[in-house]
Amino acid sequence: MPSGETWRLRPPRHRVERRAVSWWTAQAALVALPTPLVFAVLWLVIPPARFVFGWLTLGTVLPAVAYLAVMPRWRYRVHRWETTRDAVYTASGWLWQRWRVVPMSRVQTVESVRGPLEQLFGLSGVQVTTASASGAVRIRGLDRRTAADVVALLTGAAQATEGDAT
Amino acid sequence: METPWERLSGRLVPVHLAWLGPPLLTAAGTLLATGGQPDLRAVLTMASVACAFLVVTGLNLVRLATSRFRVTGERVELRSGLLFRRHRATPLDRVRSVDLVANPVHRLFGLTSVRVGTGEAGRGLRLDGLTARRADRLRRELLDAVRRNDISAERAPIARFDPAWLRYAPLTIWGVAGLFAVLGTAYRILHELRVDPLALGPVRAIVDGVGSVSPWVWAPVLLLVVVTLGVLGSVGRYVEGWWGFRLERLDGGVLRVRRGLLVTRSVSIEERRLRGVELHEPMFLRWGGGARVQAVAGGLGRAEENRARGALLPPAPRAEALRVAAEVLGERRSPTLAALYRHPGAALRRRIIRGLACAVALVTPLAVLGRWWPVFGIVALVTAIVLLPLGVLLGVDAYRALGHGRVGPYLVARAGTFSRRTVALHQGGIVGWTIGRSVLQRRSGLCTVVAATAAGVGSYRVRDVGVAEGLRLAEDTVPGLLAPFVEGTTPMDRPPFVEHGPFKNT
Repeated sequence: MPSGETWRLRPPRHRVERRAVSWWTAQAALVALPTPLVFAVLWLVIPPARFVFGWLTLGTVLPAVAYLAVMPRWRYRVHRWETTRDAVYTASGWLWQRWRVVPMSRVQTVESVRGPLEQLFGLSGVQVTTASASGAVRIRGLDRRTAADVVALLTGAAQATEGDAT
Repeated sequence: METPWERLSGRLVPVHLAWLGPPLLTAAGTLLATGGQPDLRAVLTMASVACAFLVVTGLNLVRLATSRFRVTGERVELRSGLLFRRHRATPLDRVRSVDLVANPVHRLFGLTSVRVGTGEAGRGLRLDGLTARRADRLRRELLDAVRRNDISAERAPIARFDPAWLRYAPLTIWGVAGLFAVLGTAYRILHELRVDPLALGPVRAIVDGVGSVSPWVWAPVLLLVVVTLGVLGSVGRYVEGWWGFRLERLDGGVLRVRRGLLVTRSVSIEERRLRGVELHEPMFLRWGGGARVQAVAGGLGRAEENRARGALLPPAPRAEALRVAAEVLGERRSPTLAALYRHPGAALRRRIIRGLACAVALVTPLAVLGRWWPVFGIVALVTAIVLLPLGVLLGVDAYRALGHGRVGPYLVARAGTFSRRTVALHQGGIVGWTIGRSVLQRRSGLCTVVAATAAGVGSYRVRDVGVAEGLRLAEDTVPGLLAPFVEGTTPMDRPPFVEHGPFKNT
């Protein structure tokens, strides 16, 4: 091994808004709850098949509740962001976590993105694209005003540097 | 002075009319096969096929009649359409590649298609059907205008086709897979036309004959036939794709690949958009001592398109591949040749577990069936005896493939057992880093370092590297980018080393 040094990435400076937990919970509920709900309704209306649907309901509702309870809080602990003069630095994910660094000089476009659910919680996101096809860097779950500030800051900084390595 | 608009070649009219051939042929074929009395479904199928081809031909003719193009000082323009008029203009300084493609029908009439690629995916211009001479002149005009340089003076090619390379063709899996694809398609078409291929005279004779012979005889014969046809198929594919292959460097910083027997292709890659090379060694090719070379370049389109158009060398001897890789990059020695750092033992454990998991996933269903049918139990046992050691072996091989390092300005990463790829990516092409860690990777202190780039497939990975080592590799490749975000007992800003990797550029 080349060196015994134990370097690791430090967390980016800023957390996302606390409200993001509610946003992720709502999002997860939309994905995870319909299936157990359908089974529960079937359990109610078809008495002869109660045995089957009872187990199906239980078998789908428990993972769904666990997901709802764990995922948003876990994400909140991980999701962080930071911008410096030279780069954008973000951390995201929960089971699979990603830390991404994009140099300001390689930023092509900066936009704010806001889905319907995010609007409901007064949240906003920032999307930073580079010339790479490997996907944009996103900071989700920011306060609307913070997001606007970040977009303005990054747009200015990206214009000040040259060359996007296309 | 206004540049005049030009038309596509008039020879395209017969080319488009040739589209009417397939429905006519299928109709004739069906009539023959059904003895002149096709049933209603076959007639309907034929009629719909004929309609589709008529519409295609009509649209093509309209497009031909309405298409005009021109190259002015600043841009290349294409106008087309009768009802939906389209006027597309691409600034010359956005032109990244000019490909010439000619399919067999085109070539019969001396025609070629020109595809003008820009950096953005799917935004290029396509001029279908110019005379070959006009197409070549257009290519020169475009590339010329881009660089204001003379690109006509050609030097000796970097590499050219060698018939001896054909021995590597059977080592690509394409033969057997392609054979099944062709058979499947033929069967589907015949089935649609209500012709049962198994009922046709000659096929029937074979099937009946086989039925009376022991499987110990016909199984090996069938295997032999499939393998032979597969080998022929892959050789044919190799010849079709790579006959007359020439890789050359033109003046003005352009690499050009010309190849193809029936469909001739000519791909030009700007050297300033070349960010590295990839050495690709699929398992069988590797065992046979061969490799192919892929350019990591921008402006070649989406990922799949990039793989097809970025090919710099067909399956060829490994030494030749390394020579081409080095010459294309303008290095004395291919960076992919460097001795690379090994990955931590945890990466080996992960790969062995993965190999075993695949084996278990295949054996378990058989073992379960064995509870009811004992014969499956025996099959499961035999499969387990074969697959479990194989899983471990593949895991070890996958681990031995893993390696990373920085060689001069290149990030070098190697991985893969079935499809081994060694990529050398120039630091100048890296537009960002992603460090990914799954739960299991976090437990074993590993991470996957992903270099994002505008070239090639967009991202290149260093899989399952130790965290500190991965961060140092990234920082070492693009100094100053990652350091501000790294913590440790010593700051990373000034790396305590010069060269990263045991290989010295001498």
